[in-house]
Amino acid sequence: MNRRRLKDRIAGYSMFILTISSLFLVVAMGIGLYMKASPILQEHSLWDLLSASEWKPMKNQFGFFPFLMGTLWVSGLALIIAIPISLLTAIYLTEYSHSMVRRFVYPFLDILAGLPSVIYGVWGMLLIVPWVANVAAPWVGRSTTGYTVLACGIVLGVTVIPLLVSLFIEIFSNVSHELREATFALGATRWQTTKNVVIRKTAPGIVAAIVLAASRVMGETIAVIMVCGNLAIAPGSLLDACYPIPALIANNYGEMLSMPLYESALMFAAFILFFVVLVFNLFSRLVLKKIKSE
Amino acid sequence: MNIFHREPKAENRTHFSVDRKFPHPENLRLSTHALSVYIGGNPILKLVNVEIPKNKITCIIGPSGCGKTTLLRTFNRLVDTIEGVKLEGVVMLGEHDIVRAAASEITEIRRLIGLVPQRPCPLPMSIYDNIAYGCRIHGISGRKKLDAIVEYYLRAVGLWDEVCDRLHMPASRLSGGQQQRLCLARSLAIEPSYLLADESTSALDPISSRTVEELFVKLKQDYSIVMVTHTLRQAKRIADHVIFMYLGEVIEEGDADQVFNHPRHELTQQYLNGAFS
Amino acid sequence: MKRSIFEEKVFKALMYAAIALVMFFVASVVLSVFKRGLPLLSWEMVSQLPGGGFYMGGGGGFLNAIVGSVYIVGGATILGLIISIPVVFFLNVYLKPYSKFGFVARLAYDVLFGIPSIVYGAFGFTIMIYLGLRASLLGGTLVVTLLIIPIFIRSMDEVAKTIPSDLMEAAYSLGSTRWETIGVIVRQIAPAIATATLLSIGRAIGDAAGVMFTAGFSDRIPTSLSQQTATLPLSVYFQLQSPSLEVQDRAYAAAVVLTLIVLFLSISGRIIMNRFSRNKIQ
Repeated sequence: MNRRRLKDRIAGYSMFILTISSLFLVVAMGIGLYMKASPILQEHSLWDLLSASEWKPMKNQFGFFPFLMGTLWVSGLALIIAIPISLLTAIYLTEYSHSMVRRFVYPFLDILAGLPSVIYGVWGMLLIVPWVANVAAPWVGRSTTGYTVLACGIVLGVTVIPLLVSLFIEIFSNVSHELREATFALGATRWQTTKNVVIRKTAPGIVAAIVLAASRVMGETIAVIMVCGNLAIAPGSLLDACYPIPALIANNYGEMLSMPLYESALMFAAFILFFVVLVFNLFSRLVLKKIKSE
Repeated sequence: MNIFHREPKAENRTHFSVDRKFPHPENLRLSTHALSVYIGGNPILKLVNVEIPKNKITCIIGPSGCGKTTLLRTFNRLVDTIEGVKLEGVVMLGEHDIVRAAASEITEIRRLIGLVPQRPCPLPMSIYDNIAYGCRIHGISGRKKLDAIVEYYLRAVGLWDEVCDRLHMPASRLSGGQQQRLCLARSLAIEPSYLLADESTSALDPISSRTVEELFVKLKQDYSIVMVTHTLRQAKRIADHVIFMYLGEVIEEGDADQVFNHPRHELTQQYLNGAFS
Repeated sequence: MKRSIFEEKVFKALMYAAIALVMFFVASVVLSVFKRGLPLLSWEMVSQLPGGGFYMGGGGGFLNAIVGSVYIVGGATILGLIISIPVVFFLNVYLKPYSKFGFVARLAYDVLFGIPSIVYGAFGFTIMIYLGLRASLLGGTLVVTLLIIPIFIRSMDEVAKTIPSDLMEAAYSLGSTRWETIGVIVRQIAPAIATATLLSIGRAIGDAAGVMFTAGFSDRIPTSLSQQTATLPLSVYFQLQSPSLEVQDRAYAAAVVLTLIVLFLSISGRIIMNRFSRNKIQ
């Protein structure tokens, strides 16, 4: 009798410890990265780091501005591409389609979600980059290599579609049928119902989903590095090369060990990424949880 | 067809002592004294005093929301799973004070008080393991012993002939009525003194429902059965003792014949006449 | 035509276009990789080490990357399961459904799930330097383990949350302690464990940014935990940077292998979810 109770207790405690220590990972990550980043923060002010444009590690110049802008441009474009496509797809799948269609489309979304980032990179190099160089750029009278914000944004946009669609579908299916039927009964069309009831009712959820998608896009590394051009200058247009933060970290991991401040700079970049993603995730997950519990 | 045609011989059935696996305290009495249950501050049960008679079928009746199920679930402390629940008063099972029982005591109390759930709920394992599970966790092992127990209790609920050649099939493949009898056998296998049944026939078709009902009647020789039921007719068919509850209070308690035919309380009279339900 | 009907038609057309676009993207990604890489894929590619070093060409294949990925993913999956299953069990059995700690824990796993693998890689790398480890099979495996634990926990927890309360009560009413209900629960969520495993393998095998710092790269198959090792995604990425066309071909062939593995995992995940539910009670 007591042995059973003891077993129950011991199992409980050990599982509790496992749970706590796995949770501790978030904290450890934040603290670890911050500690590694602190040498450069002592040398340069936060504002200097973020606003300076010169990136010359050998000369002790660490300006993150080009990388921040690269990330912003690329993420913004990716979301502009992905949001309408995902929203329309999700609306079609939840509001319009038969279950037959859904059964046909879901595996495709599964595949899209499952493909590794490096494969998207290969796809970008094989199709998107040449398309930008040979079709898009000449069309506006410019010439580029194709390794541009545009190519990068398209590739990232596609990678994030499955995440957005699945989040949207989950949010939309939380809207009760009675509500939809109520406006149908007033003679509204399907689209009017969707627009006035479903989307309005789920607006906070849609925003949360987009924020979540933004955090995913910002952290994408390998696909970005393969098509972005890796030029440390803040992009001025869609047809300029760019250099987002994850690419900066990944490209320089080998050299950084030789110079302490260089390593610290890269860890600072990782810390920015961690911090932004953490805040975005906390916000959107809390909103999504609240919606789900209603 | 008589499902009992291969039931264990009468002298066997009443003599668990022959293969008694667990200590059996004599004269376990189950009673409550001034039991109140609050959920989130709202009183669900108010100062309930009942005593469950031995070897009888006690039916708890009353309109929905009157606290029947809560009372039942207090007996084996399954109320603990509800958020914000608070118990006051005393519930005694022999020497165990159920309200104040520590975690280790609760598992023992639950062994002494079996539960037949509302909907059939086989564990996700084979028929055999469903019955053996309870015995195993209470420390009984050995292939031969378990084989005997499984056969014995499957016979006791009239399921043996139907399933003896597929004991290792997943229990989820049985029909609803068979599943419910399996759940009954599973509860019996740990030799409880009391059996709680929470509308245990409500999810079954009429024939299976009748079969399970008849089983309860047979089983009262060895067990004291507490049953929550939503159908008055069922209560009239099988109850020996009746507890009528209304808004968390016990309005009337007594012999079935007396409560059904000569209710003392106005409310009971109205309920029996179908004035509310 | 009434304005509302017109609007309806326009948006319906846009939705068809969106769906078509999604389909096109899927087909385009998979087919472009296959079209470029499939003709190059040969037995030699998957069964030999790179001949003259991965960057220089000289025949051979990318067996080093396949084996490296299998080692890392296999190790990470086992370690990940050992940690995640108890956590899921703790969250769902030991904690009450309305527990505050459970809420915070689930939120934290959601956040961990969202943190990019490059950050895991950078963090893992600093820890390794602190401990005096160099890029190695061990380091890569540990980082990938950290990376997939949140995936494991989230997907299993999703299913564990749907375990009917009747089932738990049935086990409790027989006098089970919480620990003893594990047998019941594991059987109930076995399909979820299987699917979660496949999903995580899919994510683990495709992850490049996490192992870039921590596993390094090597032309040979590692013979000990402290040696560097190649992985499939990194072998695609690094070899594409080579000026030698022969090496680039190897990268495309490796991309095909990686895609095939991921497709296989994704499809079998679906099948298992549908089929494996033999003992499961709905």
